[in-house]
Amino acid sequence: MDFDAPPPGGKMGAADKEHLMGQVKQQIALANAQELLQKMSEKCYKKCIYKPGTALDNSEQKCIAMCMDRYMDSWNLVSRVYSSRLQKERHRMQ
Amino acid sequence: MGEAQALQDPYVQRFVEMETQKQRFQQLVHSLTDKCWDTCMGTPSNKLDSSTESCLTNCVERFIDTTNYVVNRLESTPASSSGGSPGSSEFS
Repeated sequence: MDFDAPPPGGKMGAADKEHLMGQVKQQIALANAQELLQKMSEKCYKKCIYKPGTALDNSEQKCIAMCMDRYMDSWNLVSRVYSSRLQKERHRMQ
Repeated sequence: MGEAQALQDPYVQRFVEMETQKQRFQQLVHSLTDKCWDTCMGTPSNKLDSSTESCLTNCVERFIDTTNYVVNRLESTPASSSGGSPGSSEFS
């Protein structure tokens, strides 16, 4: 089978569609990971690095690790609260 | 070319709609976490304590309340940005 050249004028095959959708999902996941990484770095730098020294010392690394875990916890909590609120709002609209 | 074809397929269209919606949700969670973290988080410890949890919960709920209030107020007072006379309909 030749995936790169769909028959001219014809429809995309099912396999091509799945492939395309898989790629879209992957791109979205990547974008989300990047956003999270960027926010975590920004927030945990602020929380943990008061005076940048010549290297990340032990206590700074511990602080960053803890901060990352708490940021993840917060993200998950916010996601749960927002999602249940959305459901309530949708209920109210009906 | 293949992509343009696929976008006309109802199955693919539905997929794109769903993913767009999911992504909008995720984006809002990112920005709410950003805002509420600044409001609620002190020094990170080895567990999310209950007062921080309830602060985060309230933060999300009140933010949505605020958005709803803003929308409702703008809808009920058309074209009056400074509490002007209701019924003045410059923009409608």
